[in-house]
Amino acid sequence: MPENKWLTSRFSQIRPKAIGALNRYFRDIDLAEEAFSISCTRALSHWQKNGLPDDPLAWLLTVGRNAGRDIIRKNARLESLDEKQEELAAQQISENEELIGFRDDVLRLMFICCHPDLSPQDQSALALKIVAGLSISEIASAFLVKPKTMEQRIRRAKKTISEANIPFEIPSMIERNTRLKSVMLMLYLLFNEGWSASSGEAPVKATVCNEAIRLTRTLLELFPSITELMGLLALFLYQHSRREARADIKGDLLPLEEQDRSLWDLGMIKEAHALMEKSVRHMTPGPYQIQAAIAGVHARSKSDEKTDWHEIEKLYSALYALEPSPVVKLNHAAAIAKTKGPVAALETLSPLCEELKAYKWFHAMRASLYLEIEDFAAAKVAYEKVLSLNPLAAEKRFIEEKLEFCKKNL
Amino acid sequence: MQYSILIYGVEGEFERLTEEEQSEIMAGHGRLQDRLKEKGAYAGAKLMPTSSAVSLKPAAQTQNKPLVVDGPFAETKERLLGLYIIDCETLEEAISLSEEISSPIVTIEIRPIDWPGGLLNPDA
Repeated sequence: MPENKWLTSRFSQIRPKAIGALNRYFRDIDLAEEAFSISCTRALSHWQKNGLPDDPLAWLLTVGRNAGRDIIRKNARLESLDEKQEELAAQQISENEELIGFRDDVLRLMFICCHPDLSPQDQSALALKIVAGLSISEIASAFLVKPKTMEQRIRRAKKTISEANIPFEIPSMIERNTRLKSVMLMLYLLFNEGWSASSGEAPVKATVCNEAIRLTRTLLELFPSITELMGLLALFLYQHSRREARADIKGDLLPLEEQDRSLWDLGMIKEAHALMEKSVRHMTPGPYQIQAAIAGVHARSKSDEKTDWHEIEKLYSALYALEPSPVVKLNHAAAIAKTKGPVAALETLSPLCEELKAYKWFHAMRASLYLEIEDFAAAKVAYEKVLSLNPLAAEKRFIEEKLEFCKKNL
Repeated sequence: MQYSILIYGVEGEFERLTEEEQSEIMAGHGRLQDRLKEKGAYAGAKLMPTSSAVSLKPAAQTQNKPLVVDGPFAETKERLLGLYIIDCETLEEAISLSEEISSPIVTIEIRPIDWPGGLLNPDA
């Protein structure tokens, strides 16, 4: 596609709705993508000559639909398909268009990317390609693989979703909620894919976070009163507001307590606060809203010492009630260590000994709590346990230092 | 006369531009703000995306409180992205000032102000 800096940006904004609608129309994602790309190319020359149409999306859809039909006709001759039938079906769908709106189109498109047979990474890659419209090479560099490899992965993933057969009727309310839930999880994983960057990869990975934020915003625009969606977007914004502060000059990641809070992006934090204020009014809490609320407590704290750990402890306890996962429990225990001290935290952890015996973070946390109460023997046992669970090289060095320290004090 | 300069556009389009294009637009705002500062008092605001908005719709029974609805007032393609409140002699001057921030991604509406008031803390 030829470049025009202003229009390229407009096309990306329109893309999720346009591809969503074209996919419902043609029931073929590859064709939808191709038709959209053709309509953008035509728009470039047409709009630059005649100015922007009143409704750019409608313009692109009309041209895209015709372009796609031309392609079908060409192929139909080759494959001797019944072209009339194709066209009739297409027309019927188009009459319903105004009625259905773009809401379910965009949701369906994102839901298609969440196919359960695909790994979370492949789901993310597919969403970046189809919905966000990133190029293969951009996605490849975000996932640190060769473009060729990414191309094959996307091709395979597309084959999987083409066999999925997700119905094109307007979904029932229950079905719509199911889809929203899957899509929110996919967006959550997509954001984390970008967020889990280690040193040096940050610039490319930030693209992934930005795209996750954009897609979530698009979805929230279409489903304005879904509180978990507000929570999810707020969570992303709180997290991403720390992007400039999360690593030191060498590129090593910094924990919250060591970050320079003046580098946090206030604009993003404010938007997240606004979303949380809106969602709280509904009084329908959910895991994303609670996670966002926790991030919000940190965002509001002027310094680590001023953090309201009592509030955080309460929130983790609420989160655990909704989502009883070991990671949540560990975080809850970390908050308890701040509010009630290390002994209380160790008590919270002790019923998990059996369930989490193979989880290195469980032992690492217990070890540091034992260190705090100067039970060096117990700390040593716990650190040795971490060492036996294949820590990363940097973690290993850290633990070995701690072990030495324990031995000296025994 | 006091005028409002209302900036309409598609949400998220600015953020999609490259850094270079973004700073081109920001430079325009810089020039406008410099000219306004020279003239005296003005107010300006960049608005958050409409996904952060709620709207109040009157209740069916007038004695009831209005309904709080999530989202913007109307589903439109172009949204109010930001605004300036300025004080100048003529419409021509308001137009000349607004030209500083004109770009292909926005439409600008200049509307005279009927009643101005209040004073905001920029650091709030």
